[in-house]
Amino acid sequence: MVDLLERDSLDGLRVEVDELGARAELRRQVGRLERELAGLFAEAFGRVELDHRVAAIAAEPRVLDLGELERLRDELAERVADARVTLHERARVETRNRELVRRMIAAPENFKWVQVSRADIGEPGCGHWHSRPRLGPIGMLMGWWRVKVSSGCPLSGRLAAVEQEAQAQAIAAGQFG
Amino acid sequence: MSAGAADRAGSEPVPEQGWVAPHVAAEFPGLGISWVELEAPSGRSPEPVQRRLRDLSDRFYGGQAIHMRERPIPWAYRVFFRQIGLDPDRTRTPIEQLAFERIREGAFKSSGLPADALTVAVVETGVSLLALDADRLDGRLCIRDSGPGESLPGRPGELAHGTLAIADERGPVGLLFGALGDGYAAGEHCRRLAIVAVQVKGVPQIAVAEALWIAATTVDAGRA
Repeated sequence: MVDLLERDSLDGLRVEVDELGARAELRRQVGRLERELAGLFAEAFGRVELDHRVAAIAAEPRVLDLGELERLRDELAERVADARVTLHERARVETRNRELVRRMIAAPENFKWVQVSRADIGEPGCGHWHSRPRLGPIGMLMGWWRVKVSSGCPLSGRLAAVEQEAQAQAIAAGQFG
Repeated sequence: MSAGAADRAGSEPVPEQGWVAPHVAAEFPGLGISWVELEAPSGRSPEPVQRRLRDLSDRFYGGQAIHMRERPIPWAYRVFFRQIGLDPDRTRTPIEQLAFERIREGAFKSSGLPADALTVAVVETGVSLLALDADRLDGRLCIRDSGPGESLPGRPGELAHGTLAIADERGPVGLLFGALGDGYAAGEHCRRLAIVAVQVKGVPQIAVAEALWIAATTVDAGRA
């Protein structure tokens, strides 16, 4: 039994490890996980914040060893798994909110003053659904409720500025042309 | 720099291929370096180049920046950055750095030539480019790991053994996707310019050729 534990007696059990091949396989996995993480990041953008960062392994570029590649692969896999859970939870919230909007539209009087934004249901833009009384206080007293749908984002300052610049150029062209 | 195909007769520049150290190439198949050599332009970018930057700015918006990392070439560089130990969200790939600046500044700002030519080519193709002073280079460029005692010219300290670097026949010129040695970046007093493309696995050769061609023709257009 003691012989079995001696280092020399284990020599025959050593297995040749293709380290280059192992590193190539790990790099392939890193590439696949990076693609997956990129997709999840894009899917989540504007809906929910994802922790997608994986810290640098090295201060300067170099060939990573097997252990470092494994650590990188594992950290990326962890980020992907966490991102999936976060997105799944967000999708459940958005589904609930969509259902809420449907019920609000069907019976606005049951959801007085409730407001659901497009962001709450995972849609881009700035609009929202708001359960409000028709004709203000009269509607409140009479129970005339409705869901008002806002029309979306106002023009941003930059877009307005571009428009103004185009107008100014057109005017200048008219004056000097 | 003795080698390096050039646009000496006014014809289209022909890319010169560098080499990759065999043990580095074995780790990173698809890694490559190529460049074109040109007469350096000077000063501000002419109006056509500035207009092209404005057109690119108008075609490039936030949604593209978000989805950029899903596109094959930017993704290939991100993956390579990971594989050499860098965090591409901190040390950004060239195309992502430009996208970041475009979103932050509201446009691709002109920085004169050759910087604007590189911006146009990188944004159009996604390929990583840099501009070096060709007169400082000696022989063919390569990608290799640093040996013991090597350092970047003009920079304090030795490079850690095994650091991946762009080198000429004299020694390291700059880190791969990192800082350059002093005097190697194409500056104001540079007479000849080497536009260098670093190719990684997943970036097609045709994209590299196109990037070099766009950069070279933009520099030429600026000089004309």
